[in-house]
Amino acid sequence: MKATQVAPPVETAEHPMASLLRMDRIPHIWCPTCGIGTAVTAFAEALKKVDIPLDKISVVSGIGCTGRVAGYIKLDSFHSTHGRAIPFATGLKLANPELKVVVFSGDGDIAGIGGNHFIHAARRNMDIVVICVNNFIYAMTGGQVAATTPLTANTSTSPYGNFENPFSLPQLAESCGAVYVARWTALHVRRLTRSITEAMNKKGFSFIEIICPCSTIYSRRNKLGDGLDLMKFYHDNSVIKHGADTREMAIEYQKQIVVGKFIDRERPTFLDAHNAWMKQRLKDKFIAHGGPQC
Amino acid sequence: MKADPKGVLTGEHYLDGDHACSEGAIAAGCRFLAGYPITPSTEVAERVSERFPEVGGVFIQMEDEMGSMAAVVGAAWGGVKALTVTSGPGFSLMMENIGLAAMLETPCVVINVQRGGPSTGLPTLPGQSDMMQARWGSHGDYEIIAVSPNSPQDCFEQVIKAVNLSEKFRVPVMVMTDECVGHMTEKVVIPPADQIEIEPRRYTKLPPEEYLPFKAGKDLIPDMVKAGDGYKIHVTGLTHDEKGYPVMSWQAQEKLVRRLVEKIRLRADELVDIEEMQMEDAEVVIFSYGISSRVCIPALQKARKEGIKVGLFRPIICWPFPEKQVKELARKMKGIVVVEMNYGQMYYEVERCACGKTRVSLVPHGGGWVHSPEDIYKAIKEAAK
Repeated sequence: MKATQVAPPVETAEHPMASLLRMDRIPHIWCPTCGIGTAVTAFAEALKKVDIPLDKISVVSGIGCTGRVAGYIKLDSFHSTHGRAIPFATGLKLANPELKVVVFSGDGDIAGIGGNHFIHAARRNMDIVVICVNNFIYAMTGGQVAATTPLTANTSTSPYGNFENPFSLPQLAESCGAVYVARWTALHVRRLTRSITEAMNKKGFSFIEIICPCSTIYSRRNKLGDGLDLMKFYHDNSVIKHGADTREMAIEYQKQIVVGKFIDRERPTFLDAHNAWMKQRLKDKFIAHGGPQC
Repeated sequence: MKADPKGVLTGEHYLDGDHACSEGAIAAGCRFLAGYPITPSTEVAERVSERFPEVGGVFIQMEDEMGSMAAVVGAAWGGVKALTVTSGPGFSLMMENIGLAAMLETPCVVINVQRGGPSTGLPTLPGQSDMMQARWGSHGDYEIIAVSPNSPQDCFEQVIKAVNLSEKFRVPVMVMTDECVGHMTEKVVIPPADQIEIEPRRYTKLPPEEYLPFKAGKDLIPDMVKAGDGYKIHVTGLTHDEKGYPVMSWQAQEKLVRRLVEKIRLRADELVDIEEMQMEDAEVVIFSYGISSRVCIPALQKARKEGIKVGLFRPIICWPFPEKQVKELARKMKGIVVVEMNYGQMYYEVERCACGKTRVSLVPHGGGWVHSPEDIYKAIKEAAK
């Protein structure tokens, strides 16, 4: 019998994201069906759309599953300490205001251990983009309860169910002063890409939450099925409500997820306010920080 | 390279140690300070917040010391010379990202105006009990450099040295001053900018395709780039290879940690900075640093009047420890008297280097006020017996 014709080998074709990923580090560490891959894809697509030279974009991550994003993106990328991605990004941005600095990290990093930095960076309107993948648990360490775990959900350190009230991150971001706030699930790739693009084109503290409950641990412990079941859940239960009141989008266990773009407003950034104020007070004596100096 | 005259307040001033630290940092080219208020260090940040807008610097008061230190590391990678300033409790909080700075080989400076501890301790009173924390405070094996000024003039000079050494060796450098030095006011002479030597950052000359961020030459120190230069670097606090990529193996760990340690240890001879007083004929020596070294002087004078041949050995660079010099002292001296405002920190280093060859005694002090010269005198007398 003649050999059946084989499809052209896929591995020789260049991956469409190859120019934006460190292909020499692939395969990545994320589990099959994890939403972080989708989030990275949306980010890579957004990078193609924004009109910012790639050399001038930096990515900063903290620690955890999403904290590994910095290691795969082919930009200047910094894998910092747990919770400190935002202050690290603050220093980077203030040192060189020409950079577009994106913090890409998880909920434990940004809202748990780094919660204080998150609220203050939003308050100051630090000109950075914060992309937070919310997987509802501390996944890298094996699925412990987090500041974002829905009430009653089972985790490895809430084996009888979670009784602590979780943060609603869009509400936290808005109330602290973020100028751009959106939330999507890992299913909403196109809309997520558009939000990341908008956030990157915007000046000020922009915040995007990506809902993707850990498909390995959270899902298994709570008997929610596999990645495909999660996608179906997002499809059936997410409701797009642009401009919705962020006070009314707390995530309850296996209930509706409100998604959309909620906030898009203008406020002077930390550095713009700094420079305008100093100029007004010090007049000609003021010398604005003009970027790298050593 | 010479200092930028824009930041140098050439002339004679009457400054306290904290303000002198600020002027040293600005003269050395620092243009970023992220800090959190804490007594007795706050005056450094206050003066910098006033001075920076006139010299093109950015001051940010962060939400805590963890954020402050993280911002300093970020700013250094953004291409500025960056520092922070704190005291004991804040120093503890900074340890996390001091470790990051050590791991990422980030030039930066941490000024610690020491106060009495542990915990909240004595916020407004002096101590010298963070010396071991400066050396070992963050987890893991690494090396840092620490200097210890003993006057406002010395604060100005040592902060410049600290900034320069951080650039040269790509390590965090600690300036271990204390409340007394920080709050004492004395004459400070700031020289013209063209007399202040500045260490430029060691940027690579290689193009992006040839550059490896953590590949070091013979001196074990890799050349740096900054974000935005088109090198698309990856840096991580994980154990990494020359490319900067994480590698979870004992071989990678051995290679990296060994280099982080050896880049200082193998060049410790270059990092000896000692001030000596009346050492020519000394048979007994006082080992002391920071404010304590000045309190030793009346005790030394009193002992000398009585014919005791005593000298003073003051390490200005405390870390790396001047091992060879202290070993030499141990061979020659009848006794070494360690005077420090704690219950034994550098004392154990002196004892280790003395290796039983001479008697090493400690004049301890819990902090809160300086030693009584009388106590030091008694220890000298005892050592001279």
